[in-house]
Amino acid sequence: MRKNLFNVGALMRGFSTTFSYMFKKMPTIQYPSVKKQHAPRFHGLHELRRYDDGKERCIGCELCAIACPANAITVIGAENTPEDRRSPGERYAARYEIDELRCIFCGLCEEACPTDAIVLTPRFEMADYRRGAFVYAKDRLLVPPEAGTGTPPDERPNGIPADLGGVMRAKDTVDIAEGYDATNRGHILRTQRRGLAALRQTQDEPR
Amino acid sequence: MSVSAIPIWIVVLIKSAVVLGVVITTFAYSMLAERKVMGWMQLRPGPNRVGPWGLLQPAADAVKMIFKEDLTPDTADPLIYRLAPFISLICAMGVFAIIPFSASADGTLWSVGNVNAGILFIFAIGSIGVYGISLAGWASGSKFPLLGSVRSTAQMISYELSMTMSVIGVLILTGSTALGDIVNAQLRLWFVIPQIIGFLIYVITAVAETNRAPFDLVEAETELVGGFHTEYSGLRFGLFFIAEYLNMITVSCLATLLFLGGWNSPIPGLPSGGFVGLGWFILKAAAFLFFYIWLRSTLPRFRYDRLMDFGWKVLLPVATLNLILTAVAVAVWPTHA
Ligand code: SF4
Ligand code: SF4
Repeated sequence: MRKNLFNVGALMRGFSTTFSYMFKKMPTIQYPSVKKQHAPRFHGLHELRRYDDGKERCIGCELCAIACPANAITVIGAENTPEDRRSPGERYAARYEIDELRCIFCGLCEEACPTDAIVLTPRFEMADYRRGAFVYAKDRLLVPPEAGTGTPPDERPNGIPADLGGVMRAKDTVDIAEGYDATNRGHILRTQRRGLAALRQTQDEPR
Repeated sequence: MSVSAIPIWIVVLIKSAVVLGVVITTFAYSMLAERKVMGWMQLRPGPNRVGPWGLLQPAADAVKMIFKEDLTPDTADPLIYRLAPFISLICAMGVFAIIPFSASADGTLWSVGNVNAGILFIFAIGSIGVYGISLAGWASGSKFPLLGSVRSTAQMISYELSMTMSVIGVLILTGSTALGDIVNAQLRLWFVIPQIIGFLIYVITAVAETNRAPFDLVEAETELVGGFHTEYSGLRFGLFFIAEYLNMITVSCLATLLFLGGWNSPIPGLPSGGFVGLGWFILKAAAFLFFYIWLRSTLPRFRYDRLMDFGWKVLLPVATLNLILTAVAVAVWPTHA
């Protein structure tokens, strides 16, 4: 006991360590105002894509629902009619719901989809107050027509960019409040696509 | 002066209000400073959301404390349970009545009251403050608070002895128990130099007396949930919290007065006294408070038996030795004092 108590050298080492740490750079990212750039293949909230002509890609085949290990997807298909043609195929998804609380973000639905309709975006800010709010239906999954077609997974930049640890400044990032606002969804998607396109460019340059 | 025309009780009332206001503000911001500094030492920014740089955090905490439910356990002794936080707080505040923060050129002390037996008064009040903690744990009617209060009683008694012993060296050198005399005696040489052993013992025991890490066995959240204040919530918990920080400020002020030359400037020749002296005083006390925080983020908590061992088998003998040496030195070279 005496030996430990009077080990002044060790005490001094401890004190100097804590003191010097006061002046070290903190790894903290001031999250809501500053956001970290995620990996390009990040698996976040899903989206249902469209074709260039605005038609839905989903043909209501339910392959994603079968592939899903978490039973998170519900698809109820319906026949397209000449008057109401939603997708190029015979069928479309009349109802398409993903329970994001069940989802494990494995991306198997994306793999299974024959038309690249369902993809996982890098969005992750989905917090809400009610459980029911986590069941995302077509109104929130489907890319709004004015927002384009959505980004296909294989067009997202591959690999982990060098600036993965980099910090985006507050003004370059999407406001968190807008993330909840469905009416701003197009804006978010555009911003994200711009960010991804910029990333892709920086990756392609050296080659 | 026209000041003498004002009735003394009004003067004291105004002085008390000023001191209390300053002390409570100091409490609020020493708490913020602790969270900030501890954060930096652990590579965190600390509170920074409420107000610029987190400066309004204490206000937010106060509002939270006030609106929290004030629970009294069924098994508690209701009167003592409710009384205990006030004992702690009143004793912690009472001490500030006689602490001089500076002195005017004519030697008037800047304190609410000037008591000749100043240092004795402080120790007496401080000892009563222990009742707050002991009774809180006792009256909570639950086992962890009880353990905490038993610990506090034992710890306070063991460390108070050494603390008083370490201070007596200073009293011998000064030949007075008035805080003003003690500071004036340090005009040429701070007592931290002749009384270095006393100072070290004072620093260690002061940490133990205020139940701060690494001597916070009274709270010891890893073993005793929250120690003596486990059952307390809301404003009553807040009162204990205030008392703890006020005690910290008190011992920092005392260390400044007894060992670090009070409001005297560190380099002879620079102005001391007056507002400059107040600045010196605050600087020294703040440095001591910083040391407290530094200590907390560096050292792990003592084991209880080691705490007792250390108090009785190391600190007390060394403090006694220091006391005897000082007494002999003063007897042999009386002019030294
Ligand atoms: S990501 Fe995986 S768990 Fe989530 S919906 Fe798709 S397949 Fe199911
Ligand atoms: S998202 Fe793809 S896999 Fe799922 S139902 Fe539509 S087309 Fe089929």
